[in-house]
Amino acid sequence: MSAVMIARKVRKWEKLPGKNSFCCDGRVMMARQKGVFYLTVFLIVGTCSLFFAFECPYLATHLSPAIPVFAIVLFLFVMAMLLRTSFSDPGVLPRALPEEATFIEMEIEAANGNVPAGQRPPPRIRNVQINGQIVKLKYCHTCKIFRPPRASHCSICDNCVDRFDHHCPWVGNCVGKRNYRYFYLFTLSLSLLTIYIFTFAIVHVVMRSVDSGFVKTLQETPGTVLEVLVCFFTLWSVVGLTGFHSYLISLNQTTNEDIKGSWSGKNRLQNPYSHKNIVKNCCEVLCGPAYPSVLDRRGLTQDDLPVPASTAAQSNPVPQTTKTTAPLIPNEHTPDDAKSSIADSAISHAEKGSPSPKKEKPPTPAKVPPLASPETDVEASIIIAKEKAL
Amino acid sequence: MATHSLQDMRQQAAIAAKVFIQRDYTNGTVCQFQTKFPSELETRIDKQQFEETVRTLNNLYAEAEKLGGSSYLEGCLACLTAYTIFLCMETHYEKVLKKIAKFIQEQNDKIYAPRGLLLTDPIERGLRVVSFRKQCDSH
Repeated sequence: MSAVMIARKVRKWEKLPGKNSFCCDGRVMMARQKGVFYLTVFLIVGTCSLFFAFECPYLATHLSPAIPVFAIVLFLFVMAMLLRTSFSDPGVLPRALPEEATFIEMEIEAANGNVPAGQRPPPRIRNVQINGQIVKLKYCHTCKIFRPPRASHCSICDNCVDRFDHHCPWVGNCVGKRNYRYFYLFTLSLSLLTIYIFTFAIVHVVMRSVDSGFVKTLQETPGTVLEVLVCFFTLWSVVGLTGFHSYLISLNQTTNEDIKGSWSGKNRLQNPYSHKNIVKNCCEVLCGPAYPSVLDRRGLTQDDLPVPASTAAQSNPVPQTTKTTAPLIPNEHTPDDAKSSIADSAISHAEKGSPSPKKEKPPTPAKVPPLASPETDVEASIIIAKEKAL
Repeated sequence: MATHSLQDMRQQAAIAAKVFIQRDYTNGTVCQFQTKFPSELETRIDKQQFEETVRTLNNLYAEAEKLGGSSYLEGCLACLTAYTIFLCMETHYEKVLKKIAKFIQEQNDKIYAPRGLLLTDPIERGLRVVSFRKQCDSH
């Protein structure tokens, strides 16, 4: 038996559950459907290109060279914010390892007592008190955790996201705790850019028409018509969105909470996260600390499991990771990674005991999948004490 | 609960090997852990030592997430450079996380390892729990 063990470094992002797609070896993290994101990029780059091609030469000479310079700066800022929003981890919460998931299940069952067959068990909710307000923490069946306050599960990306705002198809990613400020700055700067291009396109047409006449102007610079159209329609939506998010920020609320009416005031529920001061709220959301990603995407997976006899001689405790034939969790790979993973075919199966964290299988303690997942817990100590007492 | 006998016992044995300290949300979404002493650890460490460890951790996380002059300055400066500055500079939070990792290492070496416990860094668990892993002893 000479099973050749091709040790390839497997990074943790390849094993992450959820429907995200990763690029640049885990550095870039986005949703799977990226079509609308490409459209966004195309519209911004296209419209700006038209502006630089048709308006800027005229305006630079007839008005001021500062106009195109400022446009370039603004354009670069918009693109930087867009890419930052789209490519970063929004604040995804790792899923519970099977061990902890089973443990929480046991704890919930213990709390619920015996439910007669056929009857629906009570909903899994935990109440915590935050700043004097009772907040319900819901249990996420996919991630097998009790969601922290303000977290929500995104069905498109299939992840729980901390301080979940919404899933934005225009940026091709969820908007959550880690990338909300970039999203806001993107909409704000895009509003400014749209207004800027719209204004100067009109100014250009007016100035040129005075010299050459309206129809001739349009014939000379056909791009202007397109720009004005795109900007006109974009203006309403983007400026409106910026205004809406400015309102949310001043109240320290998320879109998700706003839609659900969590803090609308009924049942005397007030937002416990607000500082009750607009300036403080804005400062916290926009200038708060830069939260780290708790998904270790680029870390190497550890293979600390006993390897079967055929390859036992070669294995050692050092993280020499082995890769099974197909990734068990459907994550999108860059073409290079996909090819090499198929190439590493004749490899031990020691890595995975339970295929997916979504399935509730009673795990054997030795086989813990190398996922970047947290051990969640819920009053573990009390339950352990109970079990021991029994 | 139905008796699952061997499977259940194995699970229980595995679970009893870990004690989880969970998050304390009473002050909001800031990262804080509960200082309540779990009964599981009564035989291993003393209450004061445990509380001191967790309290120090809480203080470190509070320092990382502090909203004050320095964090605002960092935020504004980063914004002016379109956040490209974070490509070369470490954020304040990351610096504190390194401090926390060092602190946990120290605690493990000095206090917990001699008593057969291993404290795990909460960042490895999504900043959701601090877990104490009992090293396998004969008892």
